[in-house]
Formats: sequence, structure tokens, C-alpha cells
Amino acid sequence: MSELSSLDNDQPLLVAEGLAKNYGRLPACRDVSFALYPGEVLAIVGESGSGKSTLLQLLSAQLAPSAGRVSYRMRDGVLRDLAELGEAERRFLFRTDWGFVHQDPAQGLRMGVSAGANVGERLMAVGWNHYGRIRDTASTWLDRVEIDVGRIDDAPKTYSGGMRQRLQIARNLVTEPRLVFMDEPTGGLDVSVQARLLDLMRNLVSELGLAAIVVTHDLAVARLLSHRVMVMKGGRVIETGLTDQVLDDPREPYTQLLVSSILPP
Amino acid sequence: MNAPTYNFAYLDEQTKRMIRRAILKAIAIPGYQVPFASREMPMPYGWGTGGVQVTAAILGPDDVLKVIDQGSDDTTNAISIRKFFGKTAGVATTTSTTDATVIQTRHRIPEASLHAGQVLVYQVPIPEPLRFLEPRETETRRMHALAEYGLMHVKLYEDIARFGHIATAYAYPVKVNARYVMDPSPTPKFDNPKLDNCAALQLFGAGREKRIYAIPPYTTVVSLDFEDHPFTRYRFNAPCALCGADNSYLDEIVTDDKGGRMFVCSDTDFCEQRQAAGHHGTESAAPHKEKAHV
Amino acid sequence: MTAMIELANAEKTFTMHLQGGVELPVVRGVSFHADPGECVVLSGPSGAGKSSILKMIFGNYRCDSGRIGIRHHGKVVDLATAEPRQVLSIRRSTIGYVSQFLRAVPRVATIDVVAEPLIVNGVAREEARERAGKLLRRLNIPERLWTLPPSTFSGGEQQRVNIARGFISDLPILLLDEPTASLDAANRAVVVELIAEKKTKGVAMVAIVHDDEIRHLIADRIVDVTSFAAAA
Repeated sequence: MSELSSLDNDQPLLVAEGLAKNYGRLPACRDVSFALYPGEVLAIVGESGSGKSTLLQLLSAQLAPSAGRVSYRMRDGVLRDLAELGEAERRFLFRTDWGFVHQDPAQGLRMGVSAGANVGERLMAVGWNHYGRIRDTASTWLDRVEIDVGRIDDAPKTYSGGMRQRLQIARNLVTEPRLVFMDEPTGGLDVSVQARLLDLMRNLVSELGLAAIVVTHDLAVARLLSHRVMVMKGGRVIETGLTDQVLDDPREPYTQLLVSSILPP
Repeated sequence: MNAPTYNFAYLDEQTKRMIRRAILKAIAIPGYQVPFASREMPMPYGWGTGGVQVTAAILGPDDVLKVIDQGSDDTTNAISIRKFFGKTAGVATTTSTTDATVIQTRHRIPEASLHAGQVLVYQVPIPEPLRFLEPRETETRRMHALAEYGLMHVKLYEDIARFGHIATAYAYPVKVNARYVMDPSPTPKFDNPKLDNCAALQLFGAGREKRIYAIPPYTTVVSLDFEDHPFTRYRFNAPCALCGADNSYLDEIVTDDKGGRMFVCSDTDFCEQRQAAGHHGTESAAPHKEKAHV
Repeated sequence: MTAMIELANAEKTFTMHLQGGVELPVVRGVSFHADPGECVVLSGPSGAGKSSILKMIFGNYRCDSGRIGIRHHGKVVDLATAEPRQVLSIRRSTIGYVSQFLRAVPRVATIDVVAEPLIVNGVAREEARERAGKLLRRLNIPERLWTLPPSTFSGGEQQRVNIARGFISDLPILLLDEPTASLDAANRAVVVELIAEKKTKGVAMVAIVHDDEIRHLIADRIVDVTSFAAAA
């Protein structure tokens, strides 16, 4: 299985070293270092304002760090400092080898353009020039994310919240990225819709051997999706480890508070 | 005459120099939209203020000017612009495509092939081909800079998904010199092949949007398409009712309130030349369908 | 060492920050080992820390000091200090854990829940499902339930699905936390059989069993956990 081989890979896919970001005098993110390996799912948890969204933007090169750096292993196997990539390279990476799932699907989709074109856009951007093949691939992906292929020509503005989010995932995965960033992917969805989405994401991540960095305030999401978790508070990573270890045996006062705040299922 | 005396071709020389610089840059980077400080002109936006400024900047006393609107020399817009330059520049005007040195056009490329030394000036309402898909100017500029044109194909994909074929019939996007994707202004896509490897210099002026772009002579211009849905051009499947031409772009003219109509060449000069040469149409009822015209 | 598991002075304390930082010592000086083909049963009263020790060996609870040596791919890895990636690798190919309760994944069919550990380790889906079916049949889960998610099952049925999932893989170490609780006599006997089969395959096991009769049937050695009880 891809997951097996990728988890045994000894070369990190993404490395963060001493990452920090200040907004004026306000430190939003302080001294974050870690390595993410192929096929590994890392959850970043914490409350609003803990710096997790800032960290996600730093990691995905959407925000320049005040200090530290992020390196990524390109498809040619070379680890490159993201700050040194040209804009064209960075955007190409974003369209091909990376995915970004926004909490609000309207930010990640073209709401007025058909579902098929939403999924096909990344393919066309890398030079696919055969309508039939683009459409077939889009259909396959709609099916994989459990969207009725009969809806392929409908725009996402006619979709439900859960469908939109699944469409966003299909749009991101169609170019077979190796790393997907997710910002509160289940936020704002009904509980039953969340469960279906989580299950789908879990399967896709393991089938495709994807590495993922998931920002969430929902510990249940972290438990279901991630191998490893980082707990953030006040811009710092205060606790990190295997997901079940951190959630079942939390050490830091803040993590204990987070864990104890979950309502029993 | 107590009319004020205008500078030659209305615009002051500094403005013309500014526009010429923009034009030279546009020629140097085929298909790239060069911003310029568009002036207020004595006509409303949408009536060709961009084209008029470009024409004013390139016009010399020896030029012969032709102005067409949808192919026709005798519509209000064409006549008023022709008169405007007749008055402000005193240049000779003509309706003959072959005799003109500068042709300002709205929404058509003449049927007669253009020759070296001619300049075709297009009036452009919206120069940005990506605009309707990506509203942010900052983003479309970046997309041009990085040649990220996947989005343009999204538009064509949508056409095929919705209509079964590429239904975009005018302002059909092209790639110029294998680099920039460009909006050829709202000309029918029937005219797109004429953009390619054209002997004349083609200049595009958008007054409201303050952009100038260009296709230098003999530049490769390719209409975007899919391998399995190649570019095709369309015309009404009928000969011209007046001159019998079966290879020109036709206008549909309603002749009465009982559904009567006729199809005639949109290029009036072309049609009249043919009639003068003895060609005649039949004025028979034209078919209602469009037909691929290769 | 030839032991599959070797604990030396392992220690665990919970610090309850929400209760004013109360220190809750769980175990200290935990030292024992388990050889291949051997089933070590932890004994002691409730609250003595048996489950905590199992969770420490699985890497679910962190070990504050001491050493938890695990033979993984022929080398000994100290789980107390291992990187998360190593722990995951060990869980995938060395240590299996049968907990008391099934942590069911919504929407996944029972047969796939059971087959998953094999698929993750590279066994073809069809073969994995066939083996899962055999095991479910042995544990008396009717075939008509196999395509349903186990979350809809009774407690006893869920426990058996959990056992099937735990026993299906060919991992060299198995941790069993009350595998026979809430099972009837017939199914208890099946579990005893399964454990015996694992022994013949050289699997090292550490188990917690409250039922004296079962303990007798499966234990090769009994480790009394009360000696590790940390004084409060």
C-alpha cells in the first residue's frame, strides 16, 4: 500500500525551522519547528487566536515568516526553501503538488462555474487539452467524493454545504498532490455531514498516501484524521506527539483543559 | 468659422507621444495589455474612445482613413468618427479597404485581405479576456505574467458542457505569438483566422479600461480550443442577398414585420465592390441554420 | 535479548493540572519481559495499573522514566523515547492491541473493519476479506451482519469484531485488554483457541484477564502488578 511505503520513507517532505510571525509587536506564531513525512497527517489544534491559522499560512507559503523558514521536498527529490522559490514555481506547486481545502468552500471553488470545470481547472492549468479526457477525469473524481455524476454541469452555488466541501476536495486532489493543507475542513457543517466528510477524507488520505496538515479546533477531527498532533496556545506549540497519546495522556495544563472540555459522545 | 482650432487630430502632442510610447511597447510585447493615460474624448465611453485615441496618435497628414462599425462604413458611429478626423486632422477619408492606410474598426475585420503598411485600429470595450472568470485585476495580471491560462479553457469547457460545442461566437480568445492570451475585441470568431499572420499592423485601444495592445504584422495568432473540439468558424449558411458572396460574414436584416428577412454582407465595401464587378444575389429566403464554414 | 518485550523500571505518573496539579502516581519500577510464543498475564486488583502498563507498551500512554524495549524488525527500540513515526511503524508491523471497546469508524462495513490491518500491511483486499470472513465466522458473527458497520451491533458483538480485528494480523506482539469480558462461554473458548494458535506462531502476548479459568488456560507466566504500585 502507498501508505505503508510512504510512512517508511525517511526523507521529510516538509521541514519547518524556527518559524515565527509577528503582526507589528504582536507575536502570532513563535519558534515552530517540525518535520512532516510523506503520508503523514499532522493536526494543528488550539482555540481561535492560538496562531494555528497563521502557522498554516506560513507553512503553505501564503505568508512570509518574520523568522525561520519552511523547506519542501520537490518532486525531483530536492529540499527547497520556499522563500527562495520564484512566484511562478510557488504557484505551480500550489496548483499541482499541493492542495488547500478552505473552511469556506466559496474561497476554494469558483461558485458560478460548473462542478466539472471546477475539478478540471487544475488539469487544464497543467496543459490538459482534451475535453473528453478532462470530463472523464472530473466524473471519476466526483464519484470518488460521492457526488452524483449527474450534477457535473451544475455550479457549486446550487450544492449543499457538504457537497461543496467534497467538491473542493475533488478539485484539490485531481492533480494527485503529495501534500494537502486543510483549514477547519469540517467547520460550519452539520454533525452528520461532518462524519461523512471525515470518513471520506480519512479514506482518501490513506488510499492516496497523502501527507496532510489539518488545522482544527475539533479534537474529534484530529483523532479521526491525524497521526500526530501539535497543540498551540499563544502562538507557541505547547505539546506535540502521537495523536492518541496527546489526547489520551495530555501533559500540559492547557491540553488537559482542551481534552476535558470535549463532551462525551 | 468661429470653431476653435484644434491641434492636428484633436489630441495635444504630449498626449500623442504618451500614447505612441504605449503603442510601441505594445508592439514590442505582442498581446500584452499596456496601460495608458486614457483621455476624455468628445464622445461617450463605448463609442470608441480607445480606438479614436490610438488613431489620433498614429495619424499623419498623408494618411487615408477608413472607419467601419460592424463592417459598415455608413452607420452613425462610423460616420461621426470619420467626420471627426476629417475635421480635426483634415485627412483624406475613404470607404475602400484597399485604399485606406489606417482603418478604425468596431467589431469586424474587413473581408478584403489587408496589405503591408496598413494599420487596423480596433475599438475595445473590455480588453481582459480573463475578466468574467476572475474579477480581480491584480490576479489576472499575475496570471498573464506567469502565463497561467488554465482558466481560459475553463470558459471553453463550460461552453461545451452547456451547449455541446464551443458556443463563444465573438471575442473568442486567442494566443498571440505563443505567449499572451488576448481578447480580439468583440469581432465574430469568423474573423479570428484573419488575425493570424496578418500583413497589417493591428492595434487595440480600450479607452474606458485604459489599455492598448497590439499584434505586429506577420505574428502567429492561434484561437484557443480543445484537441477534441477544435476551433471552427461559423457563418449563416447562405449567399449574400445582394452580391451572392458565399464566403463573407453575413448580417441578418429584418425586412418587414411578417418575419421577412435577408442576409447580406456585413462588410459594405466588399459587397459594393462585388456588385460593381457584376455579382448579384438572389434575395431568396435564407436558411435559418448556421453552418460550420472552414 | 531474545525477548519481544522487555520493560525495565518503567514509571508513569499523571499530573492533574485541572485539579490544582495533583500528582497521581500510577506505576513505578515496572520490570518484566515477554518472550516469543509466550503469554504473560498481568494480575492485580482494579486500579493497580494493569491497563496503564498495556497502554504504555502500546505507546498510548507516555512513559515518564525507565525503558520499554520492543523488538521491531529485528532491532530493539525503546518505546519510551521513540519518535512518533517509529511508534506508528511499530504499531503497524509489530504490536497489535485489542482494547476492551471497539473504536468504530462510522460507515465502514464490519468485514472491512476486520480486514483493514491486513490491507494496511499490504495484503490484497480480496485475501484480507476472506481471512476476515473466516475469523468472523469462527467468532459466530452471522454473515448477514458483515456488510453493516459495527456501530449498530450489541456490546458482545462489537467485542468479537474487535477481537477479530486484533487477531487477524500476523504481528509478533499482541496486547490483550480483557478480550473475553462480556463474551459467552462458547466465544470465550474460541478466544482461548485463538490465543493458543498465536503462541504456536511465536507471538508474544501480554494480557489482562479477570476470569480465573481463562487466565489458567492462557497464561504461561503471571506478573503481579501490585508490586509495581506506586505509593501515593
